[in-house]
Amino acid sequence: MQTLDLQAIGLRKLNSTLHTDNASTAYKITNPMGGHAIACGLNRAMDVTIDGHAGFYCAGMNQLANVTVQGHVGVGLAENMMSGTVRVTGNASQAAGATAHGGLVVIEGDASSRCGISMKGVDIVVGGSVGHMSGFMAQAGNLVVCGDAGEALGDSIYEANIYVKGSVESLGSDCEEKPMDAEHISALSSLLEKAQVKAEASQFKRYGSARTLYNFQPDNAGDY
Amino acid sequence: MSKKNKPQTIPRHSATFDEYTLSEIRRAASTGIYDIRGGGAKRQLPHFDDLLFLGASMSRYPLEGYRERCDTNVVLGTRYASKPLEIDIPITIAGMSFGSLSGQAKEALGRGANTAGTSTTTGDGGMTPEEREHSALLVYQYLPSRYGMNPDDLRKADAIEIVVGQGAKPGGGGMLMGQKISDRVASMRTLPKGIDQRSACRHPDWTGPDDLEIKILELREITNWEKPIYIKVGGARPYYDTALAIKAGADVIVVDGMQGGTAATQDVFIEHVGQPTLACIRPAVQALQDLDMHRKVQLIVSGGIRNGADVAKAIALGADAVSIGTAALVALGDNHPQYEDEYQALGTTAGAYDDWHEGQDPAGITTQEPALASRLDPITAGRRLSNYLKVMTLEAQTIARACGKNHVHNLEPEDLVALTVEASAMAQVPLSGTSWIPGQN
Repeated sequence: MQTLDLQAIGLRKLNSTLHTDNASTAYKITNPMGGHAIACGLNRAMDVTIDGHAGFYCAGMNQLANVTVQGHVGVGLAENMMSGTVRVTGNASQAAGATAHGGLVVIEGDASSRCGISMKGVDIVVGGSVGHMSGFMAQAGNLVVCGDAGEALGDSIYEANIYVKGSVESLGSDCEEKPMDAEHISALSSLLEKAQVKAEASQFKRYGSARTLYNFQPDNAGDY
Repeated sequence: MSKKNKPQTIPRHSATFDEYTLSEIRRAASTGIYDIRGGGAKRQLPHFDDLLFLGASMSRYPLEGYRERCDTNVVLGTRYASKPLEIDIPITIAGMSFGSLSGQAKEALGRGANTAGTSTTTGDGGMTPEEREHSALLVYQYLPSRYGMNPDDLRKADAIEIVVGQGAKPGGGGMLMGQKISDRVASMRTLPKGIDQRSACRHPDWTGPDDLEIKILELREITNWEKPIYIKVGGARPYYDTALAIKAGADVIVVDGMQGGTAATQDVFIEHVGQPTLACIRPAVQALQDLDMHRKVQLIVSGGIRNGADVAKAIALGADAVSIGTAALVALGDNHPQYEDEYQALGTTAGAYDDWHEGQDPAGITTQEPALASRLDPITAGRRLSNYLKVMTLEAQTIARACGKNHVHNLEPEDLVALTVEASAMAQVPLSGTSWIPGQN
């Protein structure tokens, strides 16, 4: 494993090293000190461990790489991720996993507001709770919350699934509780196992789109 | 005396409740939903026609129209990008999505732009392989919805345009109605087929210029600091928006006035939110000058650009280039009188058709209907666009030479006067025949 000291080499050198065609397969990034855009745009299979807290857009647009943050992260963790895995041992600020198309995001602590906003296929597993407006306009994928969810969960959701083990402060427009069938329990069990998060799938409730806002109806104007 | 023979006034329609207004009230009362349409503001607005060039005289020496050079090239992205965009003409093609436009129309835009030596731009929904193939210089829009947003496409782009807003609807998100969500469009946007697609109006992972600065850092890191980063704003608060875009780290700022078109949004939004293009240019330029960034951060102006005179006037007011959308579609064949019978069948007429969201465009441009889309030959339409771009450029050069300029960028506000008080105030050039600029002296 190669060690890159962010404070010593700077962000440009750090990311360009990770982006090079002949990059190593394993890196440890030291002294991140809350820096922004660390390990963003990775596009090959590699293991990257960030030893400390990271700022905005950590592992943004990730493809193929496995990134672990041993600490907390700022806004937009793994935003627009396409594939790979991003794990945070601490908490994540708002918009974690925003618009992400694929891969797996695991936040072992809590995630702030708008977790999974406009997600497009990613799986997000949060060990703790999520803030308000999480799953806003979520299009596809799975958002799993092992704790509680804040207000307006899944507002204007499309075809994503949201699983919550704890309480939900309120549901957003067009989001409703859905049946938790055997297939969903099975799928959720697999996802929890993949995320290495211990929780019993059968204890979760599932939420998704009521699909009443998919085509504009004047009678629903108050919900838009 | 019968009433018929009694002297009386002729029937008088209300200027306030005119025929169009009455028809809109009846339409709203009948349907219970606001009117959605494409295009930009249709109301009368102060515009470039309200400005005139002075030309050469005793104190200005003209250039020979067919002899002396008048250059038109523009370099976009000189502030930070290691690979700025070099275009031959000061006119670019604005962002229009595959989805709102047919694949053939997107290809035609690329072909026309290539021949003319300029760039075209993606739109909501991402980049199609065909679009990339047919566009030598392609600007990739980074939109709030992030539909189809893919880092591979980001790296393939020649520039990145972060869309904060657009002139037709500053503060509004996109709309693509269910009729136009084909299998391919649905797949690109990760949405079910046939639903009304509502694009977000705010970016999901940043709010405000401080966050945007970090977002731009991320985009630059991912693309190796090669690509120019544009920030596009609607014509709302052009001075402050421009200043904040500079602060956030933009290479290029696109200011889109309210005549700028959209694929679809509420008519009330188009007509009542935002400022005319003419009113946006000088404040934007002032912000650039105040921060010593004029001509260092390039300014692209869009919204109602129609001819070379508009191009020259926008540049004289301080823009580096202009961008066209509606005019480009017209050049391809949009609203062409040859389809008048079909426009009539749709309840409209050639030149007024704006129900682009319904996907029934007789010209085959704003549609995903294969039979309609096949009406547009991308090669022929592309040639029409390149011809049009060439004419606009020649017109701008003609004016610039008449003003004694060997590059269109040498045009300046002092070359202009205004025909109306309103245009004089907005463009900050003297009212014709006077030295008076409202608000300044």
